[in-house]
Amino acid sequence: MKKIFTVAPSPHVHSNDSTQKIMYRVVYAMLPLLAWSVFVFGLDALRVTLIAVVASLAFEYLIQKFLLKVKPTVTDGSALITGILLSFNVPSNLPWWIIIIGALAAIGIAKLSFGGLGGNIFNPALVGRVFLLISFPVQMTSWPVNIKSGIDAVTAATPLGIIKESTSIADALNSLPSITDMLIGNTGGSLGEMSAVLIVLGGLYMLWKKVITWHIPVAVIATVAIIASIFWLINPDVYINPAYQILSGGLLLGAVFMATDMVTSPMTPKGQIIFGVGIGLITISIRMFGAYPEGISFAILIMNAFTPLINNYVKPKRFGGK
Amino acid sequence: MLKTFNLGGVHPPENKLSADKKIENLPLPKTVFIPVAQHIGAPASPVVKRGDEVKVGQVIAQSSGFVSTNIHSSVSGKVKKVDVSADSSGYSKQGIFIDVAGDEWMEEIDRTEELVKEFNLDGSEIVKKIQEAGIVGLGGATFPTHVKLVPPKGMKAEVLLLNGVECEPYLTSDHRLMLEKADEIMVGIQLLMKSLQVNKAVIGIENNKPDAIQLLTEKAKEYQGVSVVALKVQYPQGGEKQLINAVTGKEVPSGALPIAVGAVVSNVGTAFAVYEAIQKNKPLFERIVTVTGKGVSKPSNFRVRVGTATSELVEAAGGLPENTGKVISGGPMMGRAIPSLDVPVTKGTSGILLMQEEESKRGEVLNCIRCARCVSVCPMGLEPYLLMTLGEKHIFDRAEEERVMDCIECGSCSFTCPSHRPLLDYIRYGKGKVGQIIRSRK
Repeated sequence: MKKIFTVAPSPHVHSNDSTQKIMYRVVYAMLPLLAWSVFVFGLDALRVTLIAVVASLAFEYLIQKFLLKVKPTVTDGSALITGILLSFNVPSNLPWWIIIIGALAAIGIAKLSFGGLGGNIFNPALVGRVFLLISFPVQMTSWPVNIKSGIDAVTAATPLGIIKESTSIADALNSLPSITDMLIGNTGGSLGEMSAVLIVLGGLYMLWKKVITWHIPVAVIATVAIIASIFWLINPDVYINPAYQILSGGLLLGAVFMATDMVTSPMTPKGQIIFGVGIGLITISIRMFGAYPEGISFAILIMNAFTPLINNYVKPKRFGGK
Repeated sequence: MLKTFNLGGVHPPENKLSADKKIENLPLPKTVFIPVAQHIGAPASPVVKRGDEVKVGQVIAQSSGFVSTNIHSSVSGKVKKVDVSADSSGYSKQGIFIDVAGDEWMEEIDRTEELVKEFNLDGSEIVKKIQEAGIVGLGGATFPTHVKLVPPKGMKAEVLLLNGVECEPYLTSDHRLMLEKADEIMVGIQLLMKSLQVNKAVIGIENNKPDAIQLLTEKAKEYQGVSVVALKVQYPQGGEKQLINAVTGKEVPSGALPIAVGAVVSNVGTAFAVYEAIQKNKPLFERIVTVTGKGVSKPSNFRVRVGTATSELVEAAGGLPENTGKVISGGPMMGRAIPSLDVPVTKGTSGILLMQEEESKRGEVLNCIRCARCVSVCPMGLEPYLLMTLGEKHIFDRAEEERVMDCIECGSCSFTCPSHRPLLDYIRYGKGKVGQIIRSRK
């Protein structure tokens, strides 16, 4: 019999890159942060992450299999990222059932009800986090102290909390950790937001592996740095030193790992810069003038909503001009 | 820093397995099937009938318009029939079947290897001979060369660019030709320059062919106005607009021809064909074809008579590997998958690539994760993910606005998509539909 060959339109070769590989690169970039959180908060941190990951994977599988009746995509790595990121955004002493509710909000509401991976408008982990922050404000903002600095299970304020609560900047600076401690991650806060050095390291790894581009993180951080510097230069008695603004809270975690989420950020470099500047502006506004000490989660979610609009209006540079 | 084009591009594994294999003459086949449409434009009209005796180089189908070319017999023998058969498109096309007998060439063809440098034809005489010789762009697009050499009224060529890029993985036919026929290519370039009345020609060659760059740079010293520029390896640099951009820095405006920026682009293989047509009176009836693939035992570069069945080439390269899953006419990025080995070599066949079973299947299509890789690799600055959706959802007016017609179908988007989305398939579909809409307006 004469052999019939496969026929398909070109191209006939592929880069061999895959969605799964991209997702796992993000996971690798987060592993040092996970290790650091265990080092700082003990096995409680691992408990939170494990619950968040298992719950995220389980909800993805169960909802796809039994509710949506589609082929589960649980192995693509995206639910794994959501689980880890969710845990990175909560305190290490969060009760297990609250974590599970967060995972359900992230996977069920933010991701699968929009059509699953690629269809979601908002970053799932952040939706989960904000859902919990609004529903369980007390549990979500009681931060256990760093186990290395004393007795376990005593709560302490985060650097941003200190700034918000203090009567004056001089007062705040007395209770704030040193810049070195904040760079290393020897402070209090959510699991993943501690160590600036490790976050930047993860970001560099993702840049090297071409998972992200520099545009969003740089735009976010630069915007916050510039605005914070202006206010600080005008009145250093009322506004904190910009280094604290950049190193504290989830700014770096958000700029490097969450604002860069491909699905919910713009497609073109120019659009990504607009997106990043927007996040920076909203973050610093909430921090300086809003009721919450931290604003990066809200800022990213708000700009997520603008992403389709940005994609619609900001076009790549066309070859051959207009 | 080596020059390259300014937007997008990818770098697929080069796999130039046959780069050091000298060009060999493929043994004459027993029969040939010569399609009458081997070029862009109107098919030629057959001028022979069943039973006619033909010689090598004899016109067997006449050009049927300005954008059309003559087809010459590649063999001597008897016309078996004028009928249809599948060409590389997979569709049945009209062509001429010839049973080969001996190898008798037309008397006027100079079959010696001797280099003929001098010529004293004027520009229009050169164009006329090129037209008669049935020369088309041999890089794969097969646009009739004489049409390019006559710029539209009010436009003037300033520079001739020679495409020696060969950016498709696997293919080495141009590379070998540059190494083995450097002088002939140079004379061909002189002829093309004369016909265009330009005094500058630049040969663009990618940096993965240092031997060709060195040789042609050396040779170019003997020929006035010709220079060589080494380019960074980046696909699709062999695209006309990308090559112009890489060499001159200019961008051909959307919808315009290269002549709009004063450039005419020709393949080095075409320059060689021009040399043969004018200096040797030899029309275009054979070309260099690379036969290659990971499972091929003897990857080769053959000089092949047009109309030879693909199976003959495969046989000469060591036979069909057991696990061949796909056969490509051309390179892996833009070539066509052919259904059987009966398909003939035509003027546009630059290579035959045999892909193994495991390389032949596409990956599972997953959701778009909006990673924007397709946008960043698009050499035309388009948004493939968007054009795909517009094609899929039949939103053709918007697709036109988003410049779907600018797409050069290089396949960089589909190549790079981590979710294996059939981007180019839908873009081609949208392009076809938008093209129809545009034509219906006129």
